Amino acid sequence: MARAAQSKRRKTSTHESFLRHRGFLFLKVSTILCIGVVLAYVFQDAHPRPSGGTALGYALGTLGALLIVWLGLLGLRKRAITDGPYSLKAWVSAHVYLGLSLIVIATLHTGFHFGWNVHTLAYGLMLLVIASGAVGVWFYATLPKALSDNRGETTRKQMLAQIHALDEQIHEAAQPLARVDADIVRLSLEKTDIGGGFWRRLFGYYGDCANLRAIDQLEPALADAKGREAVALRKVEELMRRKADALALARRQIHITALLEAWLFVHVPSTFALLAALTAHIVSVFLYW
Amino acid sequence: MSEVFRIAIVGSGPSGLSAAAHAAAKGISHVLLEKTDHLSDTIFRYQKGKHVMATPSLLVLRSDCDFAAGKRETVLAQWNADAEKAGVNVRYKAEAKAITGAKGDFSIALTNGDVIKAETVVLAIGTQGNPNLMRCEGGDLPHVQYTLDDPAAYIDEHIVVFGGGDAGIENALGLIADQAQGNAVTLVDRNADFARAKDANVKALLQARDTGRMTVMSETQASLVEVGWVTLETPQGASRVKCDRIIARMGSAPPRKFVEDAGIAFTSEARTAFPQLSPTFETTAPGIYVIGALAGYPLIKHCMNQGHDVVEYINGATDLKPADEPILEAKLAGLPGKLSVTQWLEFLRARVEILYGLSPLQMREFLLDSDVRAFHAGDVIFERNGVGTSLFGIAQGSVKVEIDPKNPKITVPIPQGSIFGEVGLISGRRRGATVRAGEDCIVVEIPRTAALKLMAQVAEARETVNRITTERQILQIFKSGLTPADLAEVLPMAEMMEVKPGQPIMTEGDEGDDLFIIRSGSMVVEKSVGGKQVFLSYVPAGSYSGEMALLDGGPRTATVKAAIRSQVVRLPGEPFRRLLAKKPELANRMRAEVASRRKVNAFVEGRKDNFRGVADMYSSVASFLIDQGIGEATDVLLIDESLCVGCDNCEKACADSHEGLSRLNREAGKTYAKIHVPTSCRHCEHPYCMTDCPPNAIQRGPDGEVFISDACIGCGNCQRNCPYDVIQMDKPPPEKPGLLAWMLFGMGPGPGEPDKDWREKQPKEAVEKGKVAIKCDMCIGKAGGPACVRACPTGAAIRVSPEEFLSVALMERGQG
Repeated sequence: MARAAQSKRRKTSTHESFLRHRGFLFLKVSTILCIGVVLAYVFQDAHPRPSGGTALGYALGTLGALLIVWLGLLGLRKRAITDGPYSLKAWVSAHVYLGLSLIVIATLHTGFHFGWNVHTLAYGLMLLVIASGAVGVWFYATLPKALSDNRGETTRKQMLAQIHALDEQIHEAAQPLARVDADIVRLSLEKTDIGGGFWRRLFGYYGDCANLRAIDQLEPALADAKGREAVALRKVEELMRRKADALALARRQIHITALLEAWLFVHVPSTFALLAALTAHIVSVFLYW
Repeated sequence: MSEVFRIAIVGSGPSGLSAAAHAAAKGISHVLLEKTDHLSDTIFRYQKGKHVMATPSLLVLRSDCDFAAGKRETVLAQWNADAEKAGVNVRYKAEAKAITGAKGDFSIALTNGDVIKAETVVLAIGTQGNPNLMRCEGGDLPHVQYTLDDPAAYIDEHIVVFGGGDAGIENALGLIADQAQGNAVTLVDRNADFARAKDANVKALLQARDTGRMTVMSETQASLVEVGWVTLETPQGASRVKCDRIIARMGSAPPRKFVEDAGIAFTSEARTAFPQLSPTFETTAPGIYVIGALAGYPLIKHCMNQGHDVVEYINGATDLKPADEPILEAKLAGLPGKLSVTQWLEFLRARVEILYGLSPLQMREFLLDSDVRAFHAGDVIFERNGVGTSLFGIAQGSVKVEIDPKNPKITVPIPQGSIFGEVGLISGRRRGATVRAGEDCIVVEIPRTAALKLMAQVAEARETVNRITTERQILQIFKSGLTPADLAEVLPMAEMMEVKPGQPIMTEGDEGDDLFIIRSGSMVVEKSVGGKQVFLSYVPAGSYSGEMALLDGGPRTATVKAAIRSQVVRLPGEPFRRLLAKKPELANRMRAEVASRRKVNAFVEGRKDNFRGVADMYSSVASFLIDQGIGEATDVLLIDESLCVGCDNCEKACADSHEGLSRLNREAGKTYAKIHVPTSCRHCEHPYCMTDCPPNAIQRGPDGEVFISDACIGCGNCQRNCPYDVIQMDKPPPEKPGLLAWMLFGMGPGPGEPDKDWREKQPKEAVEKGKVAIKCDMCIGKAGGPACVRACPTGAAIRVSPEEFLSVALMERGQG
């Protein structure tokens, strides 16, 4: 086609998820690595029995430690936006598959010696990191669809703006109300918490939402009201129900987003704990073994 | 008996004032008649603080009044001071009603009953002086005004603005610009659509309406004005609206009757026609001269120069050289041959084909913007991949185009009279080939904006450029050793067609064997399968369509329609078939293309039976993307929402690679079948943003990226012109502390766009920068390519070109 001459700059991007990156390249690398490690373990001639202290044990330990440090650097890679030709997707793909391979590498490094000590602590923390990571992979693979379905083409900003707009309308509609009814409206206007704290977001529990309580309290008032008051109350009720829908939409978005991030609250701190324990493990091995 | 003036000047705008000042300076008896109580009413009525432009910047100002671009207030103050210093004899509140008499003895009757006697009359009344008035009852009440000086001066008022032209819309928008003013503004227009106003203004108006900040009433007129109220006739009936103030901006009429009654003939009956003038600005009524906007020159500098010149002419000057003579002399100084400016102008005009249709005056203006350059045989005129969008015309000699970058020996000559460099003109891209002088030659280099102006003003120039570019495009598309001589039979029968979005250029089942070249825009190919239109393929600009019926006969096998506004060239089938018979290489080439297109069609149709859902999906996703304007994109960011975890790392990466501002809004935009088109630049084939950039700061880079250079002046035209809302006006935030400082010590706001609070806390000097236009530049110059894609952890963000993405790959994705 009539395109002008292009520079050699890298521009193409393939449409593949991080799990399928380059035809499962890192799954293959990781599998081969694991098979190699298992074979080496099976065919080694260890005395008195396999452990971290044998030649293979040292090799596996070094490999594992280097892998852990490298895997931890993903956090830096993600945030350092450099100009060179890197792909964060490739990093994540390698992070997932090589991270999983650590289960084999580290387990064989232990030679199945476990105890109540800093060494097994490091091993346990590593498994915690991997397990939380696996949960993350599961979430990443399944939740985006729900996130997209929930929001359609609405942005988070628009969701919040919608709720604020409804609040203003409720405020306007409540002007003719008597004091006692106005207090119910104030409950919805002033006490409704859109997102709430961490646990609320995580579990998506909003059963005690102030807006819902206000709607419940409006019911008896509606039954008694007459004339202008009744018209205004019905208007307010309808607006509050619309607000409940808008809140539900925003909260579902917040809930799914929270799930997509929550596993990191385990994954990242336990990574730091692992690095500390790993340092203790290595130092103690070389100084005191 | 009152005094008889040598010159009476009617109208004190830039031209009239300049004429009066020059007459005063030369000690010629004169009078300047101004109908209001201040000078230069048109500029006076500009909105407060409006920036007055001084274009064309190269034109030398030759006037006794000074003028430079600046605020309305500065300009007016300067002129008032100049008029006073020169000793101009002004009569305010002197509105001319009729001019009678003949050269040497004119009488100008004023509306107040006075009569002014003069030997010559200079009409400098412009076209703006007569605003159309509110004609309904109450239209003369004091709260009806025809100007808006300072929109910020009104608070908490109900204001009705009449007039849906630019002036009315700009006034109305000015009144609501600051919400704190609390004005309730209604804009009323007689017509249904705001056809007279600039697109950007209409867009801003409709946006203000949609967000509830302004009421807009079209097809509506006023029937009664009362204090505090106005009654409007709407299509739904009469409506009485609260109204503290009326601002009427319903246009103005050139006072043609007044001018004609003085015995002056116009060039035609057209409403926009100007009076017939001699080279000395004299009208068909001897002794009466017309200058300024009424003479057809709306630019202030032109007007002021004419004011000076007309006094010189009246005073008997015959050898007055135009004001731009020294500039042109300097421009032409270094050239071989000893020609005068006039001779050079004629030399170029007579030799360069696209300049044939220009008048000497137009030639002068044209050359002010352009350059004439001489090259020796073998000199490089421009190099492949060089930056440059100017067009060249060959006035003498010839040039050689090196079409093969690997072998500079292979060249194509371009002869005297023709043009080159036109690709830059059309697409704004870098130079596609190196061009050298074939022999000693003289070329005229025309900057892109000047070339576009030339094409807009002179039909012959436009046709010539179109003809030459079409010929070259055809040669480039078909290659196969074709030469212009081969096309000699086909080209004269070629027809240029504008196609609207959705309009078919051929319909399935119809007879026809014409071939279509897509010059700009793009086409989609559809076929009816099982009663449904199924998308087959996408044909970008620079390709052709209709070859199947041409080669094999039979009816059209598919419908081809425009994805966006496009330009196609229709080549008649019969002569083209004769060309194919002569050129078997070309025939083979086309057959190969047909075979590959057939394969795609067969693939899609084959899937149709096996995977009904998949084919439907393919077709509907393609239609969605075309609806989103992907048809005119060259490179667009898509987000696969089945993979996107919403981490916004793409936005953060964008901000961190570009002075801290993201050019991408991930969430905004349309989604279909989990394919999301975020609000981000698509790098259109023919960028809207480029069309009106005063400093020409928007360019196209080597990878097709459309980017804004540092030359941006922050005028916001590109933002208004972009139909996809991907350009924002913002000022770059201060620099953040480094990543490690944030990670380890919590310094600064971290990755991504810094929030407002942090920005406001920074030292003032770091924050005080002007707003500039900001858009995606596809991370131009960064080795890794676009940061948004590199920084996506899951592979959801992809950048695609439509011809790659709207292909079978999309279908396979559906299956996978």
